[in-house]
Amino acid sequence: MSVSVLIPSALRAFVDRKSEIEAEGATVGEALAHVAAQYPDLKHQIYEDDAKLRGFVNVFVDGTNIKKLNGLETPVAAGATVMIVPAIAGGY
Amino acid sequence: MSEPIPSIVPEDRWPELTHDDLTRYSRQLLLAEIGIEGQRKLKGAKVLIVGTGGLGAPLALYLAAAGVGTIGLVDFDSVDVSNLHRQIIHGTRDVGRPKVASAKDRIRALNPLVNVVTYNEPLSSENALDIIREYDVVADGTDNYPTRYLVNDACVLLGKPNVYGSVFQFEGQASVFYAKHGPCYRCLYREPPPPGLVPSCAEGGVLGILPGVIGTIQANEVIKLLVGGGDPLTGRLLLYDAWKMKFRELKLESDPDCPICGKHPTITKLIDYEQFCGIKSHRDETPVESITATELKRRFDAGIPVQVIDLREPHERAYFKFPNAKVIPLGQVIRRKDELDPAVDTVFVCKIGQRSILAVRNLREAGYPGKMMNLLDGVQGWINEVDPNAKQI
Repeated sequence: MSVSVLIPSALRAFVDRKSEIEAEGATVGEALAHVAAQYPDLKHQIYEDDAKLRGFVNVFVDGTNIKKLNGLETPVAAGATVMIVPAIAGGY
Repeated sequence: MSEPIPSIVPEDRWPELTHDDLTRYSRQLLLAEIGIEGQRKLKGAKVLIVGTGGLGAPLALYLAAAGVGTIGLVDFDSVDVSNLHRQIIHGTRDVGRPKVASAKDRIRALNPLVNVVTYNEPLSSENALDIIREYDVVADGTDNYPTRYLVNDACVLLGKPNVYGSVFQFEGQASVFYAKHGPCYRCLYREPPPPGLVPSCAEGGVLGILPGVIGTIQANEVIKLLVGGGDPLTGRLLLYDAWKMKFRELKLESDPDCPICGKHPTITKLIDYEQFCGIKSHRDETPVESITATELKRRFDAGIPVQVIDLREPHERAYFKFPNAKVIPLGQVIRRKDELDPAVDTVFVCKIGQRSILAVRNLREAGYPGKMMNLLDGVQGWINEVDPNAKQI
């Protein structure tokens, strides 16, 4: 199943400056793993270990936080939008 | 849509409007949602702006222009010329002055009816509750994680709304964290990134207009909380991409397990935020070895083998081409680690010596066995010590 993974500014340096990557997977975890396999530098940024995202990284599927769904096991339909939303701190 | 929140300014603080007020705010008084009563609430209101930088500048200017009676400004920094592309409350003649003094002058020039209170000091666990307690609303315009968690926690503990904004490069986020009516910052971000994992604005850059847009959205949310009504940005995260010109909105919910606003809070007073954010801890036990520019030059001259990796992006290298360097941008070092020779010492170079430390740690965690060093102070160090005639950036 093909889904769109949206990459924020803060992480684009790790994915050849792409803002959107098509990924295959039946769940959020599979889709992110598909992207992470192509871009190991991104994987290091967003994953604490192989199974867990870092605490400053949120992932939303079609506008809903996966924490409120089934986490990385949340199923994704074809054409879904998976959005990575990390904390950013700039204000100055 | 979020439920309207009634004005948080208590009725015994709604002063009568003067003739000057009626004239100055006439265009705003014409709005049915504000009117005379709304303007009286604004006049009686007290808003604290933490940070007088990119976000704080439009916040302070628009809130002062709108007639917010008391504006508190917290900042310990001085105006630098590199601030001026985005911090439009300060001017060229203010360079070197305390930001709160410069901002106060600008506010008074714009609207002398506003009472400005300045705190020329960092917000800390020691002073935050005493300062914030005096205000109705806090607007967070800081630039670092420890202060963001401090502002959040102090607001939750005091029951105050925290009007949040943050920016990086071309992207901004805004929300209203108000634990009485929705989630707080910790419900969304349980913990900050490990120190050094995410490039700062000083390294990553920021479009000057971006904090202008996000700070203005924050000012709009402050006005609604003071006047009451409208659809506040509670329970919603607004994302803005200036380069794509796209706004998105995400739904946020309170986390029942939130350590400060959840059902069983574990944080009941302010903590040591530098420690919480890992700045004082030693998460990475093995320090990263540094080499000075002078020593690197000596090795070059003596013909000692060393592989230099320039981590900067192509547009940064246009300022200064580092001698004898192979180019691998930071975002590709793990993927391209096989291009390095573990038998030879590697020196990583970036603009100021932060990304180079990150690269060493990332490669170490990815299993690279060779010896790695960080060029102290990056290209800046090289220019200062070895090549002073190069163009400064």
